[in-house]
Amino acid sequence: MTTPTDTPTRATSGQLATFRLDGDLYGVEVEHVQEVLRSQVLTRVPLAPPAVAGLINLRGQVVTAIELRERLGRPPRPAGTDAVVIVVRLHGEAVSLLVDSIADVVDVDAADFEAPPDTLDGQARELIRGAYKLDGTLLLALDVQKAVGA
Amino acid sequence: MDGLDDIVEEFLVESHENLDQLDTDLVALEQEPDSRERLSSIFRTIHTIKGTSGFLAFGRLEEVTHVGENMLSRLRDGVLDLTPERTSVLLRMVDTVRSLLASIEATGGEGGVDVSAVVAEISAAMEDRSVPAAVPSPAPAAAPAAQDVVEAPVAEPVAEPVAEPVAAEPVAAAAVVEAAEAVVEAVVEAAAETVQEEVHEEHADEAHDEHAGAARPEGQGGQQGRRAVADSTIRVDVDLLDSLMLLVGELVLTRNQIVQYVGRSTDTDLVRASQRLNLIASELQEGVMKTRMQPIDHIWSKLPRVVRDLGLQCGKTVRLEMEGKDTELDKTLLEAVKDPLTHLVRNSVDHGIESPDRRRAAGKRAEGVLTLRAKHESGQVVVEVADDGAGIDPSRIGAKAVERGLVTADQLSRMGPQDVLQLIFLPGFSTAAAVTNVSGRGVGMDVVKTNIESIGGTIEVESEPGRGTVCRLRIPLTLAIVPALTVECAGDRYAIPQISLQELVSLDAEKAANAVEEVGGAPVYRLRGELLPLVRLTDVLGLTSDRHDGHVVIAVLRSEGRRFGLVVDRVINTEEIVVKAVGGQLKAIGLYSGATVLGDGAVALILDVQALARRALRTETAERQEAREAAARTVAAETGRQRMLLAAIGEGRRVAIPLDTVTRLEQVRTDSVERVGNREVVQYRGAILPIVRLDRHLGAYGTSDREVLEVIVYSDHGRSVAIVVGEILDIVDGGAAVRSDIDDLGLLGSAVLGDKVTELLDVRAAILAADPAFYTAPVPTPSSTAALLEV
Repeated sequence: MTTPTDTPTRATSGQLATFRLDGDLYGVEVEHVQEVLRSQVLTRVPLAPPAVAGLINLRGQVVTAIELRERLGRPPRPAGTDAVVIVVRLHGEAVSLLVDSIADVVDVDAADFEAPPDTLDGQARELIRGAYKLDGTLLLALDVQKAVGA
Repeated sequence: MDGLDDIVEEFLVESHENLDQLDTDLVALEQEPDSRERLSSIFRTIHTIKGTSGFLAFGRLEEVTHVGENMLSRLRDGVLDLTPERTSVLLRMVDTVRSLLASIEATGGEGGVDVSAVVAEISAAMEDRSVPAAVPSPAPAAAPAAQDVVEAPVAEPVAEPVAEPVAAEPVAAAAVVEAAEAVVEAVVEAAAETVQEEVHEEHADEAHDEHAGAARPEGQGGQQGRRAVADSTIRVDVDLLDSLMLLVGELVLTRNQIVQYVGRSTDTDLVRASQRLNLIASELQEGVMKTRMQPIDHIWSKLPRVVRDLGLQCGKTVRLEMEGKDTELDKTLLEAVKDPLTHLVRNSVDHGIESPDRRRAAGKRAEGVLTLRAKHESGQVVVEVADDGAGIDPSRIGAKAVERGLVTADQLSRMGPQDVLQLIFLPGFSTAAAVTNVSGRGVGMDVVKTNIESIGGTIEVESEPGRGTVCRLRIPLTLAIVPALTVECAGDRYAIPQISLQELVSLDAEKAANAVEEVGGAPVYRLRGELLPLVRLTDVLGLTSDRHDGHVVIAVLRSEGRRFGLVVDRVINTEEIVVKAVGGQLKAIGLYSGATVLGDGAVALILDVQALARRALRTETAERQEAREAAARTVAAETGRQRMLLAAIGEGRRVAIPLDTVTRLEQVRTDSVERVGNREVVQYRGAILPIVRLDRHLGAYGTSDREVLEVIVYSDHGRSVAIVVGEILDIVDGGAAVRSDIDDLGLLGSAVLGDKVTELLDVRAAILAADPAFYTAPVPTPSSTAALLEV
């Protein structure tokens, strides 16, 4: 299993689970993804960093939910739309990411990999390993480790 | 090699248990050097290890235990006397055996542990008293075979005719193994097999002997007994217990959920089934918790050794007493308490107990007593480390804290002695003038406190200069499942561990408007006469309360000896919660000790009461309260040594008045009471004596139609007042009283005196009620001093 922190900018081939966020396509390594859930009841955590959306009851386990829009410096999700929860497992601890919608699992080739586009702003740039050029769209590879380190 | 590995593992487990026993036995042996029983027990332990180590071809282990056994056999036979030096050498041998075992456990071999020094030491210790020339002491690096020869004449005449050959055989086998090191594996396996067979035969022989009923050494019988105990228990992997505990936790949560749903149902069968489930889940939880419970003796058993070694090192004689060895607590907690407890014990020996000379000079026995106490108390385990040493001098602590910049001199001046003591828990505080081997290891009391708090426990210290110090740990029974109060605040639910909860106060809008006051901008509530600082949970969390009807619900919490009231919107209920760890992001906030899943499946945060108190209580509020408590405690401490006058004031209330504030007891006729303005006075020995009626002063209604009033006259600096009570009851010693800080206006608290709850009078306030100028005005007339002189 490859950990993204070891090779933050290096291209890797393999499968990415992709999801949409504010119109863009992102991907995380499938091996990190434990499960994907429909919207969940969130328990808010007063005084927590803004990216911490709350706590989720995942079959008796308490899991922190990170609002990825906030992490990536995007505007808040429009009212009336529910977030989709991606549960990732890092170092044995489950953390969940709130995204707009889930998309396919995509095979990526290291040959298509490029460094993050210069247009990305500072905050988001930190969390993006780079981009895979797919047919007609760009797939931004998320550094899960950094994304949950709110 | 699997078979051998199992044998080695079993050997290690058994040996570790034996060694713990050995430590205890050796130290105990010093107290009663003539106890043949103990010597035999020690001898047996070492003998067993020696025998098995030879059999398993651990040459150095065998070498050490062999010389040790030699010495022990002579001690047992009375050829040698047990001196502290010899005990130390034997203990060092135990240490070496331990490190050898550790190495075997880690690497499978004896590693680089050097035994020659210890072997030489033991040999030397045997020779410093004239050893019979006929018994050669073994050379430090003697080959196992040579030892075998040495051993025979020494050990065999001793009362071990059966066991000895068992040991001797493996030794021989081991010698063979060592000789053929190049082909270790094959040979060891073969040797193991043959030796095992031999051992079986020997066991058979032992059994025969037992049947024969011949004069058997008592040691064999003891071993049989142990085996019987071992048969009734099994060893279980702790990981398995942990996962069982987790599952039970989940079961408890699900149970809570089901019970909650069923509560709304009318189906009687379902209700009955859920009640049954409720019961079974509780019993299962209790049972699984029990499997993880271990007596505290597991960590205490190592302490006699610590105390003994440290005592020798510091030149002190310390007797260790233990009460409540069987008190059980969760294994995880036991492990977590081990280091802090050891540290406290070391502290007590190093700093607490004085040297024998100083103890004698202070009129105490030269031997210091260190007492460990453990007991269950309201769902917690209370562990005390008490010494009868010099105690902690608050002024020294205070000076040090100021010097270290931990508090300002101004703050210090407002603190009571008890609060000053707690300063030792601040990081960066250490009173040891010199860094000794014992203290100054970088582990201060602050670390002890942090460790204890990390497992949800608390620590407090009490000390009486010249009499000793008590450190008291309060530890939850188990970490996994805790009873908690769930409250609501701004629409969310939070859990508060019951361990910090004292009581709940609910005020309706009308009452709240009067009862909650502002003191310097901080809200306080008068709880039975004491000001309770209030903290609004919504303020702490930066939320807006959704309660607008003016009702105030206060959870009275206790943290680090302080009380404060947490204002919440609503109290939901109490339930058993399973503590779940929260991620790093939330730990960093420092307000939540974890999270839990409530009965309805919702997640609730668990409030960290200690952190909450530290964060929310303004220092001034805390200081004011501390000062108040300190004053009350000082008075309480004083009354502890005082004799008290008991008086009834009507309505069955009893008041205690310190006897030294009583100058005279008088009776005055009711009709001699006159009035000056709105005050009552009486003419007494040529002076006008102001009167305070204690029943009215304290809000009781006594019978006022008596002909004669019972009066306590108090005089000071030439002024006198008369305190009228209903009836003088008794004079008692205030020492053994149970106290509480439940009080009211005009009282300092309450105590149990003569089996009844008695109020402690705030004498100063009572006197001021009679004569507001009592402590400030100059002496009115010289004649009134007469009262003083006539006592």
